[in-house]
Amino acid sequence: MSKQIKAVALISGGLDSMLAAQTVIEQGVHVEGINFFTGFCVEGHTHAIRKKDKAKPKRNNSLWVAEQLGMKLHIVDIIEEYKDVLINPKYGYGANMNPCLDCKIFMVNKAKQWIQENDFDFIITGEVMGQRPMSQRKETMPVVARESGADDLLLRPLCAKNLPITKPEREGWVNRELLHDFSGRSRKPQMALADEFGFEDYAQPAGGCCFLTDKSYSKKLVDLWETRGDKDYDLDDVMLLKVGRHIRPNPRFKIMVAREEGEARFMTGYKKTFINMNCSTHRGPLALLVGEPNEEDIKLAAKILARYGQGREAQEVGVEVRLLNGEIQQINIKPLLVTEIPQAWFI
Amino acid sequence: MSLYTLDARRLLCPLPVIRTQDKIKQLQVGDELEVTSTDPGVMQDIPTWCSINGHKVLETQQQNNDYIIRLQVGE
Repeated sequence: MSKQIKAVALISGGLDSMLAAQTVIEQGVHVEGINFFTGFCVEGHTHAIRKKDKAKPKRNNSLWVAEQLGMKLHIVDIIEEYKDVLINPKYGYGANMNPCLDCKIFMVNKAKQWIQENDFDFIITGEVMGQRPMSQRKETMPVVARESGADDLLLRPLCAKNLPITKPEREGWVNRELLHDFSGRSRKPQMALADEFGFEDYAQPAGGCCFLTDKSYSKKLVDLWETRGDKDYDLDDVMLLKVGRHIRPNPRFKIMVAREEGEARFMTGYKKTFINMNCSTHRGPLALLVGEPNEEDIKLAAKILARYGQGREAQEVGVEVRLLNGEIQQINIKPLLVTEIPQAWFI
Repeated sequence: MSLYTLDARRLLCPLPVIRTQDKIKQLQVGDELEVTSTDPGVMQDIPTWCSINGHKVLETQQQNNDYIIRLQVGE
């Protein structure tokens, strides 16, 4: 009896990895999925924070893909290990703070470790040559295979025919003729293959699946590092950069103002960590003060906060300030005008 | 068979799923695990994860801001 060949597929939750896994499943290989959680994934927890997303189903797309394909999914927390990838990327950053090539090398390397520990035979990714400007180019795809250590155990079923033969093909574990030759940024071949497989529903994330590709998010991350004086971060930092308006009047502090109820509820969990405030005489949002604001800074923060409450036109607004020592201060201020908040303060 | 608990409050998905997955690795087939989370996303994600990984959801309930899922470890 021949040995059952087993592969692990990197599953992002998007269409390409779904198609790549299914292409190999169709050839009789036992495929299980693996999903790496860096903390910067757009999936999941971001959707849980904002109230405006409440109407949408809160499905995790990688889990959903695994369910559709009838395969197991292993979700791996790589938050700590990923710091080195983000802080010291050998191949640098993309348009924003996205270290895509280093990230792909890191994840394929983790998958290589996983198949060794779990007695699997090879790795599948949904990469398509020429689809992404950094990690999925003709020049960089061999770099991923080589530097990850996966070498010819890395199979890219969607563009395998454009690449050198790999061990799974050479050994006859998969039939190269049944793999694909997709290339470029067009999504039409993927759509056609999805039709062929009968996939009617799949995630089409706009702007990718990682916050590090987002300009606004990247700017906030750089601000965090610059004002802190080092590039370390933890999961709370990562999550707080996703919520609220971030306004920095000076290097001592920034004020984070909740934009809606869901964000305010989330930020409430940090009331014991940061000086926080809200309007006491009018309805308005919660704000956190991150850094080491002095007395004048706190007054300025209150004036900014009041700008975003229902008292924005009032001559005087009361603001309750909760300090970290438990002291509660009541201050009365006049809200700033829009024109009094310089655009440069917005991160 | 033993009953275990996992406090995944203040974590947002997929972290409660990851913590559940890691806890189950330490348990025996037939053991029960009660996961408490504050992220409503677990009500969809943990049952989906259980279904694809061979575990059984015995009960789900909401108590104030807590979402509680009791599951049984499968093969």
